[in-house]
Amino acid sequence: MADWRDLQQGMAEHGYIAGDDLVMALHIALSLGRPLLLEGAAGVGKTEVARVLAALKGARLIRLQCYEGLDAAQAIYEWNYPRQLLAIRAAAEGGETGAGVEARIFSDEYLLERPLLQAIRQAESPVLLIDEIDRADEEFEAYLLEILSEFQITIPEMGTIKATAHPMVILTANGTRDLSDALRRRCIYAHVDYPDRAAELAILQSRCPQIDQYLTRQIVSFVQAIRREDLEKTPGIAETLDFAAALAGLGINDLTHDPVILQAALATLLKTQTDRANITTEVAQRLAGQAA
Amino acid sequence: MSRVTRFAARDPGPSARVAGFISHLRDNGLRLGVGETETALRALTHINAANPDETRRALKSVCASTADDVAQFDALFDSYWLNSGRVREKFSPSDRSGNAHSRNSRDANGENSTARGQIHAPDEDAGASYGDGTGTLIASRTASLMHHDMRKLVSPQDIAAAESIARRLAQSLAYRRSRRRRAARRGDQLHFRRLIRASLSTGGEPLTLPRKKRPDRQMRIVALCDVSGSMTIYARVFLAFLTGLIRADDATDAWLFHTRLVRISDALRDPDPLRALNRLSLLADGFGGGSKIGASLAQFARGPARHCVNSRSVVVILSDGYDTDPPEALTDALTRLRKRGGRIIWLNPLKGWKDYAPVTAAMAAALPHLDLFAAATTLNDLASLAPQLERLT
Repeated sequence: MADWRDLQQGMAEHGYIAGDDLVMALHIALSLGRPLLLEGAAGVGKTEVARVLAALKGARLIRLQCYEGLDAAQAIYEWNYPRQLLAIRAAAEGGETGAGVEARIFSDEYLLERPLLQAIRQAESPVLLIDEIDRADEEFEAYLLEILSEFQITIPEMGTIKATAHPMVILTANGTRDLSDALRRRCIYAHVDYPDRAAELAILQSRCPQIDQYLTRQIVSFVQAIRREDLEKTPGIAETLDFAAALAGLGINDLTHDPVILQAALATLLKTQTDRANITTEVAQRLAGQAA
Repeated sequence: MSRVTRFAARDPGPSARVAGFISHLRDNGLRLGVGETETALRALTHINAANPDETRRALKSVCASTADDVAQFDALFDSYWLNSGRVREKFSPSDRSGNAHSRNSRDANGENSTARGQIHAPDEDAGASYGDGTGTLIASRTASLMHHDMRKLVSPQDIAAAESIARRLAQSLAYRRSRRRRAARRGDQLHFRRLIRASLSTGGEPLTLPRKKRPDRQMRIVALCDVSGSMTIYARVFLAFLTGLIRADDATDAWLFHTRLVRISDALRDPDPLRALNRLSLLADGFGGGSKIGASLAQFARGPARHCVNSRSVVVILSDGYDTDPPEALTDALTRLRKRGGRIIWLNPLKGWKDYAPVTAAMAAALPHLDLFAAATTLNDLASLAPQLERLT
C-alpha cells in the first residue's frame, strides 16, 4: 500500500523532487479519481507536476490555459461555422435535402474540439492541466464543476458525451482571486510552497548535474537567503534553475569571485526594478559571502 | 506527547472516528460536508492508515482546502488523533504573564475557543502578543472574560444600524460606470462584433442579438481597524461598523491589527451576526494590547495588499495613531499602499475632540499620504462621511 513512495520515486526519476504532502495529495487524487488543486506562489513548480505526471504515466498532456474572458467555446467545443456554411451552400447547389444536410453538418467532422472535450474523448486517460484557474471568470468555474464531477459534456445537437477514460485532472491557482467553495470541495488540495534548503539542493542537483557540488550548495544558500530579503517578487524554483544555468554558462565556479558577473546573473532572479535596486552589489556580495 | 489517542472500548469503529474527526474540524472552522467524510474514508483505504504520518498527509489533502486550512491542520490533527490534545499536560506557570489564571480544559473541542494561550502579553514584548503556551488547550480566565465582553460590546441592533450606514457609504464610494462596454445579457446597445460572428452560424441571418453595456466598476473597500489598548473604548462603534461594511458588500475586506494583523472578513461574513462576533472575538486575541501600527501596516502593504489593493480600492484605516513603532515604518507602508493606486482614508476617533491636533509622531508622518483624514467617534460621525467620500472618487 505504500505506493505513494513509488510515485515519489517515479517523479524523482523524471526530475521532479516533490514534498511528501504534495505526493500524498497526488496519490489520493489519482486513487480516488478526483481533481487535484495545487495552490502556491508563482514559480514553485505547479505546472511542472502535470508535465511530470504525464511523462510518468505515459499519458497525453492536455493543457487549458485560463484567462479572463475564457468561455465555453474556447474551452469545451465549438462548431466549425464557416465549414458548415460552405457545406450548406454546396448542398443547396447539389440539391440535397434539408434533413440530410443537417445530420451531416452537426457531426463530428464539423466539431472543433477544445481542450476539455478533447480530454473527455481520449481512449486512454490523459492528464488534463487546467492552468491558473483563478484567472478565469467565475462563470467558467461553474462550467467546470459539471465536467469535473461527472466527466461528461452535453452538446445539444449530439447528445451527452461521457468520458471513456477518466482524465487525471490537475488545476493550478496562485491566488489572483478566491476560488469558489464548490470547486475547492470537489478537489483534493495541496499547497505548494517554496522548497526548503535540502529540497532545493536535490532539485538543482537533479536538474543541473553538470554544476559542481560546491557551487550548487552556494547557489541554493544564496537563493534561500535572497528569499528572506524584502522583495516584491520572490524568486521561485524556476528562477533558481535559470540562475544556476546562467552561472554555469558564464563559467563561474565561486559566487564570491566576481561581483560584476554575480550582479549580471541576478537578472535571472530579480524581475522588478525595485528588487534590482534593493539588492545592490554590496548586498549581493554579503549574501554570497554568507552562502559560502 | 505523540502517542496515538486510545479511544474508549465502546467506540464503534474507524468510520465513526473519522466522522468524529471531520466534525472536530468543522467545529474549528473548516468547511466540510458529508461528502468529505466519505472521501476521507475512501482515501484511507489507499494508504497505510496505521502510519500516523501517512494518515495525516492523506487527511490533510482531502480536508484542507485553503492555505489557511493547511496551516492549522496539523494542530487539529494532533489534538484529535494524538494524545496531546486529550491529556492534561504538565506545565509550570511562569511568573511573568498571568499564567496562574490558566487552567486546562480536557474537552477535546476546547481548542475551538481557546487555541491561543495567554492574551495579555506585556507591551514591551516585541512581536505578537499571544503566548505559545504549552499544549493547545490551555485556557486562561482572562481570555474567556474578554470574549464575553466582546460579545456584549456589540448588539444586533448596532449591527443593523451600522449595516445601513456602511451600505450608504459603500454606495457613495461606488464609481459610477466604466467608459467601455462589455457583452452582457441585458444591455443598452447591440454588440455588433458578436452579432456578425453569431450570424455566421445562421447563414448570415442575424437571429441572435447579443448586447453590451457599461459594467459597474465598484470601488472595493479594504478596512483596517486598530484594536490596541488605547482604542478599546471605540471598539464598540468600529467593530459594528466593520461588521456592517462587510455584510453590506461581498467585495469588502476587513483586517484587525494590534501587534499583528488578522483577517476577519470571513469570520464576519457568517450568516448569523452574533456568531460572527464570537468568531471575531476568537480572532482578536491580544485585543487591548500594545499597538504596532507601522509594522502592521507594513505587513499589510507587503503581503495581502498585493492582492486586494488596486486603483479601484479605498483603504480605510481606523486608528488613533498612537504607535510604538518609529514613524518611518508607517511612512514607508503608506507610500507602498499609495503606489498601488488606491485611496487612503484615516478615521481617527480623537479628531472629534476639541483642540485636537495630529501631533503624535505617527499621525504627523501619515498625514501627507492621506486622501482624507476625518473624525469617527460614533456611528453618526461615520454616516456624515458619505458626501466627503463621494468627492474622493
